[in-house]
Amino acid sequence: MELFTNQVLAGIATGAIYACMALAVVMIYQAIDHLNFAQGEMAMFSTFISWQLMQWGVPYWAAFVITLAFSFVAGIAIERILFKPLAKAPVLTNVAGFIALYAIINSTAGLLWDFTIKQYPTPFGSAPFLGSQLISTHQAGMIGVTVLLLLGLYFFFQYTRIGLAMRAAASVPESARLVGINTSWMIALGWGMATAIGSIAGMLIAPVVFLEPNMMGGVLIYGFAAAVLGGLTSPFGAVVGGFLVGVFENLAGTYIPGVGNELKLPIALALIISVLVVKPAGLFGRHIVKRV
Amino acid sequence: MTTLLNVKDLRAYYGQVQALHGLSFSLNEGSLTTLLGANGAGKTTTLRAICNMVRSTGAIEFDGKPLSNRSTENIVRFGIAHVPQGRGTFTTMTVEENLQLGAITRKDSAGIVSDIERMYAHFPVLKQRHTQQAGTLSGGEQQMLAVARALMLRPRLMLLDEPSFGLAPLVVRDLFGILGKINREDKVSILVVEQNAQLALELADQAYVIETGRIVMSGNAKDIANNEEIRKSYLGY
Repeated sequence: MELFTNQVLAGIATGAIYACMALAVVMIYQAIDHLNFAQGEMAMFSTFISWQLMQWGVPYWAAFVITLAFSFVAGIAIERILFKPLAKAPVLTNVAGFIALYAIINSTAGLLWDFTIKQYPTPFGSAPFLGSQLISTHQAGMIGVTVLLLLGLYFFFQYTRIGLAMRAAASVPESARLVGINTSWMIALGWGMATAIGSIAGMLIAPVVFLEPNMMGGVLIYGFAAAVLGGLTSPFGAVVGGFLVGVFENLAGTYIPGVGNELKLPIALALIISVLVVKPAGLFGRHIVKRV
Repeated sequence: MTTLLNVKDLRAYYGQVQALHGLSFSLNEGSLTTLLGANGAGKTTTLRAICNMVRSTGAIEFDGKPLSNRSTENIVRFGIAHVPQGRGTFTTMTVEENLQLGAITRKDSAGIVSDIERMYAHFPVLKQRHTQQAGTLSGGEQQMLAVARALMLRPRLMLLDEPSFGLAPLVVRDLFGILGKINREDKVSILVVEQNAQLALELADQAYVIETGRIVMSGNAKDIANNEEIRKSYLGY
């Protein structure tokens, strides 16, 4: 029983990271109707920035905040430079753009910081949380930061005018422009926020997976699985999907014989395919009906 | 009377297809003008061209200032509210959020709050449903919401694209009554595009008839309504 509780709690902790990645993916998907394959690399690069800052002697939380700001601006810049010109381009052109971005960021990080694994600090420590062996303080911290982030985002989208404008621009762009919303900048803002959210995920998971240019590969696949499970059109679904995938991954690894650590990733891929076959809109997504 | 909107030699294109062929008309401050014509005549395109939602050439002046080459969202800031065909409801948001979106370019939060109350007075049904998702409203209610959303801008000019479309005759009467009232009491100039010519001519003071992208007839709404020949050849009733 203790093993079960332990695995569920650990699953919630990594699920929090998947939830952040899924949320970042969904935010960009809502804005431009494409999956951002480079979301993980962007998060990885941000994490390297924070690591570099700490190497230069900047304290953890200051580096955290500076990295958030850097990621926000970088996300906007990527949208303005690369994806705004591609807005009316066919799907494949956009996919090529994402793959290019993936490759560029990955190689640049490798060039700047090489491909060796680096230790990444945690501000929460890794002692047992509240004296319990079930969960470490870092895992509790991952959950805590994610919950705070999600609450903040909820209030932003629900109760601020700019949040309202962003939702309007994502749901009915033409009507949004007709009430005077600059939908193009709302998309850029969405990119900035998604990149910042991704950087939080990167900085929180780095102490667990260690810092290196390919650290987010697996995490992003879980993030995609979470987004698909919750529904690509639903930010709320993405978050629920993240936690579900985290718990599911851990329980499958523990209890299904032969799965273990090595086969966890194929499980995420199998989950993506099953959801797409059985319920393509996901748990909370809407069916997209298009008039032709 | 001063001219509020002046459109000169407007030509619009969908890809290679030309939809408007040098269309000119004007609208006086405070007037309620209607653009009539059959399906495909270019009525919707005219409205979309005014808001720069379709590629066009020609001169469009609003209150003496040129609108050409401005983005749609900038044109809104001149006080031009466009209720598009199909109403453009933000279906996943609540009725009240739809109204707030109508005023998203305004900075006076107290004014916005009182205007929302004013809209609820104009359209009591919206007050009953203010927390409901707008997509769950009936067609008539969504049209009311679209008009209310446009009014939240405190527009000087309101462009309405087929407000009667898909609505029951009684609901249409109701809606047109409200439009007339808004025009008279709130001094909002209105340009309404309609297929229901009879009703539109009752409501409007000025009328233009479009055929295949050109103005073929213009004048006082009453005169056009009383001219049997025009009615039979262009308006089909």
